[in-house]
Amino acid sequence: MKRRTLGMASAGLALPIAAPALAQGGPIEISFWHGLPQPLGGLLEGIANQFNESQRRFRIVSSFRGSYPETMVAAIAGFRASSAPHIVQMFEVGTGTMMSAGRAVKPLHELLAETGVSINFDDYLPAVKGYYSLSDGRMMSMPFNSSTAIMFYNKDAFRRAGLNPDQAPATWADIRATATRLKAAGHEMPFTTAWPTWCQVEQLSAIHNTPLATLDNGFGGLSAELAINNPLMLRHLSTLVEMGRENTFRWGGRDGAGDALFANGSAAMIHASSGARARFVRELPGGVANMGVAMLPYYNDVAGAPLNSIIGGASFWAMNRGPNATRSADENRGIAEFFAFLAQARVAAAWHTETGFLPVTKTAFEQVRASGFYTQNPGADIPIQQLLRGGGQMTGNTRGIRLGGFVEIRVIMQEEMERALQGGQTPQQALTNTVTRGNVVLRNFERSNRA
Amino acid sequence: MSRPAPASHLFRGTALPWLLLLPQLVITALFFFWPAGQAVWQSLLREDAFGLRSEFVGLENFADVLADPTWLAAFGRTLLFSGSVASLALVSALFLAVQADRNIRGASVFKTLLIWPYAVAPAVAAVLWLFMFHPNIGIFGRMLNAAGIAWDYKLNGDQAMLLVIVASAWKQVSYNFIFFLAGLQSIPKSVLEAAAIDGASPRYRFWTVVFPLLSPTAFFLLVVNLVYAFFDTFGVIHALTQGGPGKATETLIYRVYTDGVVNLNLGSSAAQSVILMVLVVGLTFMQFRYVERRVHY
Repeated sequence: MKRRTLGMASAGLALPIAAPALAQGGPIEISFWHGLPQPLGGLLEGIANQFNESQRRFRIVSSFRGSYPETMVAAIAGFRASSAPHIVQMFEVGTGTMMSAGRAVKPLHELLAETGVSINFDDYLPAVKGYYSLSDGRMMSMPFNSSTAIMFYNKDAFRRAGLNPDQAPATWADIRATATRLKAAGHEMPFTTAWPTWCQVEQLSAIHNTPLATLDNGFGGLSAELAINNPLMLRHLSTLVEMGRENTFRWGGRDGAGDALFANGSAAMIHASSGARARFVRELPGGVANMGVAMLPYYNDVAGAPLNSIIGGASFWAMNRGPNATRSADENRGIAEFFAFLAQARVAAAWHTETGFLPVTKTAFEQVRASGFYTQNPGADIPIQQLLRGGGQMTGNTRGIRLGGFVEIRVIMQEEMERALQGGQTPQQALTNTVTRGNVVLRNFERSNRA
Repeated sequence: MSRPAPASHLFRGTALPWLLLLPQLVITALFFFWPAGQAVWQSLLREDAFGLRSEFVGLENFADVLADPTWLAAFGRTLLFSGSVASLALVSALFLAVQADRNIRGASVFKTLLIWPYAVAPAVAAVLWLFMFHPNIGIFGRMLNAAGIAWDYKLNGDQAMLLVIVASAWKQVSYNFIFFLAGLQSIPKSVLEAAAIDGASPRYRFWTVVFPLLSPTAFFLLVVNLVYAFFDTFGVIHALTQGGPGKATETLIYRVYTDGVVNLNLGSSAAQSVILMVLVVGLTFMQFRYVERRVHY
């Protein structure tokens, strides 16, 4: 963290020196704010550097702005102060807010049309493309690091409990049985989760074809309402509360905090972003050989389950500088060319194999498959298989989530889950409160974003 | 004439006094009145996050905040939190100052060590406590769990509250300690010796002689500590619990941050800041007007 701050400070010092160079015909600087900590952030900045080396006209200046929510806030504050970055990495939860952001953002389809740069979006995975496009198919932001939630498990822990390390629990009944077995064998933390609302509410709803919100999870308009007060969510939250009481489930904290518990070997099973793979491979005791990967479990008595999981991760948004300041044609050109660079199968494939994020294009996926990567790295294709589970026919409940103010709604969900898990309220009360409080957020967002 | 001469006798004209006052006036205007005015104006608006569409809503933001049960709960929680932090920090600092004021070997070493934590930034202090009391990676957190005490402040609201209170108070003890120690050292030895000769026990001497003479210091510190607990504990809460679990450690100032910076609900956040401003002005006024009368100077 400290080193990063120093790096940012020195980047700031370098700017005034770089500015005169620009006047003398040096490269046009394109600022790029991202929210990926190490090791992912370094890999991402490496790709930006490759772009810088591939041509001389533009230079991407990357800077790490803290977690995803912090990056979002920084970009919005930057816009209000007329110093927004050219490109910001925005997590999927902020997509609804960005889509309603009017002239703060430069829609991708406009950017490409104006600059004459073309990117073949038909090559993108439908789940990825659908998440970042308008209902008529026009792209709003540039997909890049898309992930989905999957299960990781510690094979050594399974072995010590006498479980088959090559067979992961597939249903929630299996998860409970496995966790109980691990507990009985003396394991202190059989199961935890990162991104609790994403993995245990949003993904769970999609996999079981259950709406998270009305109007196709908000894709149908700003007047959507939360719908998580349903029997499936009640059953699931009750399961987690019971497992918490039996000490087979441990709350790992909000957002990505749970990752650390699996990375340091404390937790035997975790539901986390497929993009956490890069970190786990580096940090998990026993390394990649000790890391089991599996699809998210489901309740096998729910009709139609399991369907595809939904994507998460982030996309890149082109932003205008401020309320009364747009970009020059050259700057837009630089942004568009960087995006076209990212769309290359070579870049997408390398990012996928290095990190565990999805190969966002079909060509990249084929390229990686042809290279034999999946046979050498069993489980690396689990995220893609899971996205295609149920035949790959997405329903209104499995396309994704597009709710305004969703960052706040996630905080509300986490607060109410915490209170249920500590025994302060029943799972039913938690769901009722979440819906009541969440709908207030949705109505406020609708009101302040009416045209 | 015993009163000091009016300013006009010292300075010719008014230009120089104004010039001398100017830096302070500029700073006050720039860093207090301007932002405070902005907050008041913002509190009457409802805006989207990017500031592209705004609507004048009058006092609606205030009505919403005051009718919100979670805000009212945060209000009560803040009183509990601030009261606990201030009393814990004052009592322990007074105890330590009285101990350090005796003639003991290496007293200056103890004093230095006790003052040290004041140099630690609140966020850093919180991280220290996190590394000690994290249920999974903290030394004491693990010891507590090994001893059979279910310690998990990430899920247990009472434990989380206890932790942020102790961490916040710890941070403030040094500051109070310096003032109490100075206060103790300024009490004339002759008064204490006279009391001792009259046969007053140490305990009796403390409560009847020392404590009343310390009351101006204590009163000043009470104000400072309450203001600290209200406003400066943000870093501790942010680094340790982020207001959670649930809303168990969400104080009013943390709520302003969450609603404004995280949820980008600027109108509501501004309304809450204005309410806080009114509260603090009122609190300070009350303390100086009523409490101060009972303090011996």
